[in-house]
Amino acid sequence: MTVKKDYVRPLDVKNGRIDMNHGAGGRASMQLIEEVFARAFDNDFLRQGNDGATLPVPAELLEGGRLVMSCDGHIVSPLFFPGGDIGCLAVHGTVNDVAMMGARPLYLSASFILEEGFPLADLKRVVESMAAAAREAGVPVVTGDTKVVEQGKGDGCFIATTGVGVVPRGVAVGGANAKAGDVLIVSGTIGEHGVAVLSQRESLEFETAIVSDTAALHTLVAAMLRVAPPGAVHMLRDPTRGGLGTTLNEIARQSNVGMLIDEATIPMRPQVEAACELLGLDPLYIANEGKLVAAVAPEAADVVLAAMRAHPLGANAARIGSVVADEHRFVQMQTRFGGRRIVDWLSGEPLPRIC
Amino acid sequence: MKYVDEFRDGALARGIGARIAAEVRPDRRYSFMEFCGGHTHAISRYGSAELLPEAVHMIHGPGCPVCVLPIGRIDQAIGIALKHGAIVCTYGDTMRVPASPAAGPPQGGQHPLGGREPQASRGSTESLSLMKAKARGADIRMVYSAADALKTARENPAREVVFFAIGFETTTPPTALVIQQAAKEGLGNFSVLCCHVLTPSAITHILESAEVRRFGTVPIDGFIGPAHVSIVIGSGPYEHFAEEYRKPVVIAGFEPLDVMQACLMLVRQVNEGRAEVENQFVRAVTRQGNLAAQRAVSDVFELRERFEWRGLGEVPYSALKIRAGYAAFDAERRFDLHYEPVPDHKQCECGAILRGVKKPTDCKLFGNVCTPENPTGSCMVSSEGACAAHYSYGRFRDVELVAESAA
Repeated sequence: MTVKKDYVRPLDVKNGRIDMNHGAGGRASMQLIEEVFARAFDNDFLRQGNDGATLPVPAELLEGGRLVMSCDGHIVSPLFFPGGDIGCLAVHGTVNDVAMMGARPLYLSASFILEEGFPLADLKRVVESMAAAAREAGVPVVTGDTKVVEQGKGDGCFIATTGVGVVPRGVAVGGANAKAGDVLIVSGTIGEHGVAVLSQRESLEFETAIVSDTAALHTLVAAMLRVAPPGAVHMLRDPTRGGLGTTLNEIARQSNVGMLIDEATIPMRPQVEAACELLGLDPLYIANEGKLVAAVAPEAADVVLAAMRAHPLGANAARIGSVVADEHRFVQMQTRFGGRRIVDWLSGEPLPRIC
Repeated sequence: MKYVDEFRDGALARGIGARIAAEVRPDRRYSFMEFCGGHTHAISRYGSAELLPEAVHMIHGPGCPVCVLPIGRIDQAIGIALKHGAIVCTYGDTMRVPASPAAGPPQGGQHPLGGREPQASRGSTESLSLMKAKARGADIRMVYSAADALKTARENPAREVVFFAIGFETTTPPTALVIQQAAKEGLGNFSVLCCHVLTPSAITHILESAEVRRFGTVPIDGFIGPAHVSIVIGSGPYEHFAEEYRKPVVIAGFEPLDVMQACLMLVRQVNEGRAEVENQFVRAVTRQGNLAAQRAVSDVFELRERFEWRGLGEVPYSALKIRAGYAAFDAERRFDLHYEPVPDHKQCECGAILRGVKKPTDCKLFGNVCTPENPTGSCMVSSEGACAAHYSYGRFRDVELVAESAA
């Protein structure tokens, strides 16, 4: 009998499950990293096999640019939903958070918290989706970590990602920068991610053609910044958890302004409207994962809107209202019915854990 | 959206608004109470009040099932979960209703939930709620229907499963059906904490109150009658109010145009000196209602001699209890529960607001101590409650308007 030195039987990705050994730091951990993570995410930084990644200084930094860093934890349930899964979501969410600072996203880290018993096949599917999203976005995962928790202490798989990017000199986008008179633009139809996830929930399963809008928005942001006069894009934010309504309130608070929006102009698919009607939910509070809302100086609104509509992720972009001076920081909405009301902060949780 | 947008048509709404404005008499005001939280919500969410002339004034009634639930009942549900270790299934809106602080800490020793021994801080003064009790280890599950609670009982045969049943006549038939089903299946671990209440008794209570009857401090010229409740009980039960109290009632759907049309019908009744039950919601409501649902309800439930309503106090024959024949499924019997009333916060005006005596802004706590995130009173809990509706949708009217039109 020949003994193969250094032979480790490959992981049984088809039927295997995560066990406590995979998080113990021994051979099983190493094998999981090599056969699942490193194989999927493969790049020069990971190939060095270090605990951290050494990164080159981006050119913008030498020209007066600034670094941006953002992190995001992902705990979506179910892990797989129409239009995506927790893997691509973990990439898009963080890429978008970096992009909303007006930055070019450069690198990602990924930290996995896996529950004992989680099928390796599901893990592989999540990791491959994540790797594909990172490749498509052009933002590599350069470092990572894996931990395993006992059964019952997790929900299969949690993923925390951190993103690093660089803001070119002269770009000043931020939640505190919206100004009275700014035009509010939303990049497309709202509510699709939340409805897609809800449709898969146990005890709530319903048939819908709606798929999650999960997408990386940095190229859309770049297209907007390219056409806008310097400094004309004041604020960008992706209305994820809490939806458009909550995001507008965040911005109103941060920028110390009010908002006035027109319900009839908010883009929405009829299927989303119908599902929300059925479930008694307000689409303004439903999560998006591939949309942004912008506050743009009025003179630049037309050119920015045109650039957005020319981009595949902004084809349905629309003006939805404007920023107004208001010490009370109310977000008011002209209803389609003809009245006016407040769009308040979301209170409570209509949709537990959707992003 | 077909069959929904038609009921939210802004142009039609403006037309009805103009007609109401043309028909109101210049020398009088019209005060109508919309009984249901569903109407309160529709009026607030669509900004319908702005389409009504100033002479028409809406009073928000007590028809919000969450708002009228007294602290003592929430305490019972929390007690069942924390002290008895049962799974308590409940509709989402009850999760945040404030309960009393005393209900929280479990009786020490070994906890029925095993490894999830709650870290209850004894002597804490923070009000509990089902959601806060859940954070302390109570097994409380939000369900979308009574049938889901029954399913939970089937799936957990070793655990007690209790459905916390609240609501007016709309939600009563589903509760009756699951009790009948549980009896048929001989499900030994399922029971219901019945807090179902009755619309007509609450309306009578308001009409009999001193403010309405004796002092006239709450002028009620007519009622917008419930939509979904009336599908079940029919329009017949309201005839008494029209005859006995000379108050017009117009049963209306929950869409904003329904409300507008009902206001027009009420204005016409008042102007013509009529007091009749009219049915605007003919697409769903008949005079006799849903007889099959009524049969199931009377098979399972009987009248309670008295029931405490938050805000209204004890109202005789205003709620239902489970009949002796289904005693095995009655959580009050199974866990030997005795109701203890708990007073509301001293400054909370929910009671007066639910009776139409005060407006949310008349309450000292409104918008500062009491907000949707930290509700003191029940009217701030559900978006159907008068306070939450005004806070979430209408509080900009309390300050000067800052901008006049959307871009």
